[in-house]
Amino acid sequence: MERCAVIGVGQTKHAAKRDDLSMIGLVREAATRALEDAGLTFRDIDAVVIGKAPDMFEGVMMPELFLAEALGAVGKPMMRVHTAGSVGGSTAIVAAHLVSAGIHQRVLTVAYEKQSESDAMWALSPKYPFQPPLMAGAGGYFAPLIRAYIRRSNAPNDVGVRVAVKDRLNALKNPYAHLKMPEISAAQVEASPMLWDPIRYLETCPSSDGACAMVLSSETAARSAPHRPAWVHATATRSEPNLFAGRDQVNPRAGRDCAAALYKQAGITDPRKQLDAAEIYVPFSWFEPMWMENLGFAPEGEGWKMTLEGATALGGDMPINPSGGVMSSNPIGASGMLRFAEAALQVRGQAGEHQVEGAKLAMGHAYGGGSQFFAMWIVGDARP
Amino acid sequence: MATREIAVVSFAQTNSRRNELDETEMLLPVITEAVKRSGIARSDIGFTCSGSCDYLGGRPFSFVMVIDAIGAWPPIEESHVEMDGAFALYEAWVRLQHGDIDAALVYAFGKSSQGDLPDVMVTQLDPYYVAPLWPDSISLAALQARAMLDEKRCTELEMAEIAVRNRKSAKANPHAHLKGDHLAANLLGEPYAVAPLRRHDCPPITDGATAIVLAAGDLARKVCKRPAFIRGIDHRIEPHALGLRDLTRSPSTKLAGERAGVGKGKIDVAELHAPFTHQEVILRDALGLGAEVDVNPSGGALGANPMMVAGLNRIGEAAQRILDGKANRVLAHATSGPCLQQNLVCVLEAE
Amino acid sequence: MSEPKPKQDEPIKRMLAPVRLEFTVSAGRDKTAFLGAIIEGRILGGRCPSCRKVYVPPRGCPTCGVEMVGDIPISDHGVVTTFCTVSIPFEGQTMKLPYVYASIVLDGADVPIFHLVDGIDAKDARMGLRVRADWRPPAERKPTMESIRAFVPTGEPDAAFDTYKEHL
Ligand SMILES: [Zn+2]
Repeated sequence: MERCAVIGVGQTKHAAKRDDLSMIGLVREAATRALEDAGLTFRDIDAVVIGKAPDMFEGVMMPELFLAEALGAVGKPMMRVHTAGSVGGSTAIVAAHLVSAGIHQRVLTVAYEKQSESDAMWALSPKYPFQPPLMAGAGGYFAPLIRAYIRRSNAPNDVGVRVAVKDRLNALKNPYAHLKMPEISAAQVEASPMLWDPIRYLETCPSSDGACAMVLSSETAARSAPHRPAWVHATATRSEPNLFAGRDQVNPRAGRDCAAALYKQAGITDPRKQLDAAEIYVPFSWFEPMWMENLGFAPEGEGWKMTLEGATALGGDMPINPSGGVMSSNPIGASGMLRFAEAALQVRGQAGEHQVEGAKLAMGHAYGGGSQFFAMWIVGDARP
Repeated sequence: MATREIAVVSFAQTNSRRNELDETEMLLPVITEAVKRSGIARSDIGFTCSGSCDYLGGRPFSFVMVIDAIGAWPPIEESHVEMDGAFALYEAWVRLQHGDIDAALVYAFGKSSQGDLPDVMVTQLDPYYVAPLWPDSISLAALQARAMLDEKRCTELEMAEIAVRNRKSAKANPHAHLKGDHLAANLLGEPYAVAPLRRHDCPPITDGATAIVLAAGDLARKVCKRPAFIRGIDHRIEPHALGLRDLTRSPSTKLAGERAGVGKGKIDVAELHAPFTHQEVILRDALGLGAEVDVNPSGGALGANPMMVAGLNRIGEAAQRILDGKANRVLAHATSGPCLQQNLVCVLEAE
Repeated sequence: MSEPKPKQDEPIKRMLAPVRLEFTVSAGRDKTAFLGAIIEGRILGGRCPSCRKVYVPPRGCPTCGVEMVGDIPISDHGVVTTFCTVSIPFEGQTMKLPYVYASIVLDGADVPIFHLVDGIDAKDARMGLRVRADWRPPAERKPTMESIRAFVPTGEPDAAFDTYKEHL
């Protein structure tokens, strides 16, 4: 197996509506930034791996086909990954595997969503025959799970509010973040409308247009990169069925197994101690404590204590989502790759104002479907 | 680059036709069958990868409901491409290169009959400049066929003969959908569907599902008498804008074929994913296949064309000829996008 | 929506490209049997031959990957395991807001179904609430879960958390 490094990272300015750009312009904004960071041009790239969430979000079936020219893929292999919300992470992993398998030297990987071009809420709640139209988008799906978590863990009611405030404050330090809410406060979150009880409006992610791109390379190619690479120490994916008898949807086994496989590869025995930062897929604020338990950062039923103690804040012992996370920018298909890319920025020392001081080892995490698809990686400043 | 030896050890497909089953009901029996035939325990399969497309059923996350039907418990390492299953097989082949796992399950499903397929395929086109004009998939293929005829690269009679040969071969394939004996001369008496294409030049609209099990060298030899070893696999994409391409040539197929090592030896059987008759001419040419090569003994995509499955079926059908001892070196090809935009070539050999 | 008409010298930022596609979806073998029973006011489940769990509706067993026969009659009474109160409007929604969308484990089943809970003030909805199906009159039933108008409280005491916590 070859070593794989992240030598270029790029992302768009995320916004509710990037109507200054077409889909083509959006993916190119991220891709050209990643290439510039890597000191490369499209010509230097061997293969392109692109990911996004359901095609119905933009109304284009298999859009990679029409994006081939824009991403410099002509004459090259191009792959299109789709694993629901985890897709940004899975896409990066498919790209990393092309390098670690020794097949390519430099792979460009891109993920995007242009939610403003269609109606994602509609795309997630289509009128199916046989079923009543009750499920109100992703919030309608996840709110009952959050209720179950609160009941099981006896978490105080304000944990979700705390995460919502923390992530929005982090976003103020991230120039690419969508939501910029300098006045954000617990009172403001608490006063926001209850959309899917127990989820309030400000406890949910926004709907964004945005893209993320990375250049992944072999060790040989990384030597000539102008900036410090982030080395891929481990990658893992796990999936499980959406619904089955006895399924624990609050703390799903696929997530636990995925993290266990990841830590084993990276030689990690105590993730909270050994990892310096983590970018975790938190589309509803309550998922921060839930994933803290699922990922083994906290014992079961105690994830919320990390939030309340400030451990997950930028100055805490386990900073979670220093970029502001999905709660501040959510171009769905790109959200997972943004987590992976932000982890890389941390260990490259390139995270700017939201840099975790001295970060050497960081995790990127994405999940999708009904908390059933997981993709994770660990990147480090040192060669594994 | 030295690659790890990976082989197709089993293949199972639905009896392709339009059916009343849902996607999971089509798929579950073929997965069960492919795994059973492989002789590899479900628990020894280290990676699963699938190909499908949401737009065929008009619903997002069609692959998610399928995960509920394949026994993904305990949790599995899994991925999905919104592409033909042949590209899922490529991803599985890449994954198996890592050496930590020895077997992978690849599957694909497509219930193409649920919508008006030629119109559904319009949504695959450039959304700003092309899709708003609603050129359907048959019209685009007709444009390509017209270019072929104008360039004298083939004749309407040759196209009809390709239809006759594929539909005749399909008779020997119990899984094929459209089969029968025809006379080219009679077919040419039929009216045009979209000139210069007649109905016989076009594929049927087929529902189907397919599963393939891949195994690495030693395991493959252990469970299978004649594993079909992948000796080369590569895929390439061309511009989407039809105006940027010479529609009568397929440089991406040519390049993928060269990189897969097609020319390194004699090809006994080639399974080409050519949904339209004239495309077989373009592909034969790009791959340098002479008259001695047995092309599409399964009946090809003209015999059964389940979307997202037909490409993977080409790999399965070609590999099956090795598994059955009927061929030693075979070629499989899969395509995606309008007018052969993206192409994958795979060379498989017996030992 | 109407076609946006940019003023002269203004960049074109949006275009309308309506897409209308119609799909005829096959219910499939299992759902056909299940929905046929629904029209008759019955709920059918299936038992996995491998793990013995009962699924409503019947389907290929998610954990065992084997088919099951959907011939087990299931009660139309059950317990709300968890729920959310929806207060957000969305395209295609027909319900008056707010409404309670619940995960309900029917008696005798091992997996929940998802449906509307009605006949109770949204603020009184709770985990453990015992409910029953409120069927539409036979003449109004169609092959869809909408043949059950909603689930309504039975008035029985709430189920203890331990009895349904495995279904969360
Ligand atoms: Zn079972």
